[in-house]
Amino acid sequence: MTERSTVTTSPYTIGVAPFRPGDEPTFGGKFVEQPGDLNRPNPATCTTEETAPHARGLIRVLTDDGEAKGEWDPKLDPATLIQGLEYMMRLRIFDDRMIKMQRTGKLSFYMRSFGEEAVAIAQTMALEEQDWIFPSYRQPGAQFVRGRDMVSMICHCIGNTEDNVRGRQMPVHYTWKEGRFISISSPVGTQFSQAVGVAMASAYKGDDEVCISWLGDGTSAQGDYHYALNFASTFKPPVILNVVNNQWAISTHVSLATGGRTFAERGLAYDIPSFRVDGNDFLALYSVTKWARERSTAGLGPTHIEVYTYRAGAHSSSDDPSAYRPGNEFETWPGGDPVQRLREHLVKIGEWDEKKDKALADKIDTEVMAAYKEACEFGDLASGPYPPASTIFTEVYETVPWHVQEQREELGK
Amino acid sequence: MAKMNMIAALNSALAHQLEKDPNVVIFGEDVGYFGGVFRVTAGLQEQYGPHRVFDSPLAEGGIAAIAMGMGLNGLRPVAEIQFADYIFPAYDQIVNEIAKLRHRSGGEFSTPVTFRTPAGGGIKGGHHHSQSPEAQFTHTPGLKVVYCSNPRNAKGLLTSAIECNDPVIFFEPKRCYRGPFYGDPHHVPTWNDHPEGEVPEEYYAIPLEEANIVREGNACTVIAWGAMVHVSEQAIKNSGVDCELIDLQTLVPWDRDTVVNSVKKTGRCVIVHEAPKTSGFGAEMSASIQERCFYHLEAPIERVTGWDTPFPHTTEWDYLPSPSRIAEAIHRTQEE
Ligand SMILES: Cc1ncc(C[n+]2csc(CCOP(=O)(O)OP(=O)(O)O)c2C)c(N)n1
Ligand SMILES: [Mg+2]
Repeated sequence: MTERSTVTTSPYTIGVAPFRPGDEPTFGGKFVEQPGDLNRPNPATCTTEETAPHARGLIRVLTDDGEAKGEWDPKLDPATLIQGLEYMMRLRIFDDRMIKMQRTGKLSFYMRSFGEEAVAIAQTMALEEQDWIFPSYRQPGAQFVRGRDMVSMICHCIGNTEDNVRGRQMPVHYTWKEGRFISISSPVGTQFSQAVGVAMASAYKGDDEVCISWLGDGTSAQGDYHYALNFASTFKPPVILNVVNNQWAISTHVSLATGGRTFAERGLAYDIPSFRVDGNDFLALYSVTKWARERSTAGLGPTHIEVYTYRAGAHSSSDDPSAYRPGNEFETWPGGDPVQRLREHLVKIGEWDEKKDKALADKIDTEVMAAYKEACEFGDLASGPYPPASTIFTEVYETVPWHVQEQREELGK
Repeated sequence: MAKMNMIAALNSALAHQLEKDPNVVIFGEDVGYFGGVFRVTAGLQEQYGPHRVFDSPLAEGGIAAIAMGMGLNGLRPVAEIQFADYIFPAYDQIVNEIAKLRHRSGGEFSTPVTFRTPAGGGIKGGHHHSQSPEAQFTHTPGLKVVYCSNPRNAKGLLTSAIECNDPVIFFEPKRCYRGPFYGDPHHVPTWNDHPEGEVPEEYYAIPLEEANIVREGNACTVIAWGAMVHVSEQAIKNSGVDCELIDLQTLVPWDRDTVVNSVKKTGRCVIVHEAPKTSGFGAEMSASIQERCFYHLEAPIERVTGWDTPFPHTTEWDYLPSPSRIAEAIHRTQEE
């Protein structure tokens, strides 16, 4: 774990980022923490105290050589692993296509999951179909796992007539009820405490469901993060609360955002089992999430997880990180590239090779291109057509009240 | 004098304050090293040090609360809320705490904080990067509310806001950071060729409480603030009606005399704002104007506003008051 570096000159402490443009970044090479260091406690009997070493350490399964080791190895069959790789590659190719489209004005804005593909994908794969996904803008990948049609995703991003949220939200603010993927909202962190409510409703109805939610390292400063932990601790509903610590919140490095210890350790004080997991290790993420689901199924409620990763790309299409961090910082990240790491593991176990990889990448690329073309037939932000202006006035209330109706008539569209 | 866009003008006001008053501190999300997502604080940390210009944790409620604490203990904090839409996590601190401190403590305590925040639409920001929540603050006694519209008044008004011993919410129309907005999204002028883009480099202040008469006229008074000042200017041109255009600048307390005198002269009035109509600040103005000008009015007071709906993404040009909607309202006031 990187130590927080601070300027402690009086009058008060100000954090600093470890590296700024012009610096040579180094995170000390590899992680010290190794697969097998930490045991896998029994989810049905584990106390919070038993997870204290896990909250301070780092759960890993994949070794630096691509082998799977230790009690946390979920022992997935090769088909599932290949499926995971496929989703991650799909997300990356999809993101790259969208960014290209954004640059040509076909959509107003975009946010990639670059470097964090494993997070939503491995974690959603570890859940059941009926479980609720309450994401931030960095987890669209969950939709691939649940089988959302890419055309429909693109139609949302380019705000055309087939956008299921009718051009009302910015791109990447997906909604997909069928996939139990709850509407993404821009104000950061609000979903986290709402997820606790979703889980309480599942418990109330007696449904076998858990709710999973994520927020960023930066966002964990918001009240909503702390409300979520306290309510989850108080009522113990089936909820999985993840802090995705990708080191950066736009230009603000985590050293500037908290003086605390690991994010995971915060959960201990709320008496919630808490784990810190290598977020670029598909197997470790899958396994820890599976544990959390088993815990909920056993009726013991919440789990708190710090996903330790690195935001490899710009914050969004509006951001240029070269102004605040070295361009090659990601290349020195000890966790490496999550897609590459799963790929290497598959090669290691003899299930993958370059030829298969190339064939898969080509297939996805073709599918993404085809989806993009099909979506554009319904319009795009650059040239329309857009959802009709009347959609401004509908679904504000269940039925349109007179004053809104009058305004709609005034617009005359 | 120098050519400045609104970002440079605001930056200049902040630099003068840091220079002049050692108790001024500036903070907010991404404002320190990076200089803010809109670059308004660029270079200030480097020049004035990380204890005076710093990045805060991502929590608007926390930002507002520590601003209040600093302010009541002798500092003069200037906090940035990255988007006005994200001021709501700070709403309790601002409305229940900061706004009421002077009154609730019998005048023993007060806190001279300024919240700068980019507001308004026109950047394809959807629900949560477009709102113009001034009325949520004009409805809160104890706060002053300012809305600049161009580089020159941005600098002068921000100076007064920071020097004011009352808490001030200072709205910056983000669509106008780099140039005026005339209601046509495809026409993107800069401040370079605009008279208000000529900004004194030295210190100056524009008093709060003073509206600015942008254009004199006799047939109708048009009142606007923020980006809508420029959209209204365009509408007036298109309408061919001899309108008087008033840029309100400060909403609380507003320059009622200037407005009332103008409406008494023209007998007609159109109020323009981008925020929704219901309980918008236009409602307050309309009521006050008819109280004072009833016998001078020749036509009903018109309001051209955003709709009573959330702010949309793809259809934002159908949401924002357009020159044609404003011009139609102006024409309605001219009907016999
Ligand atoms: C309440 C609120 N404040 C500010 C913002 C602007 N904003 C959007 S994302 C972001 C940084 C979030 O960083 P982090 O939580 O670390 O998530 P990451 O982007 O790294 O995934 C900020 C400041 C916002 N969307 N909502
Ligand atoms: Mg982050």
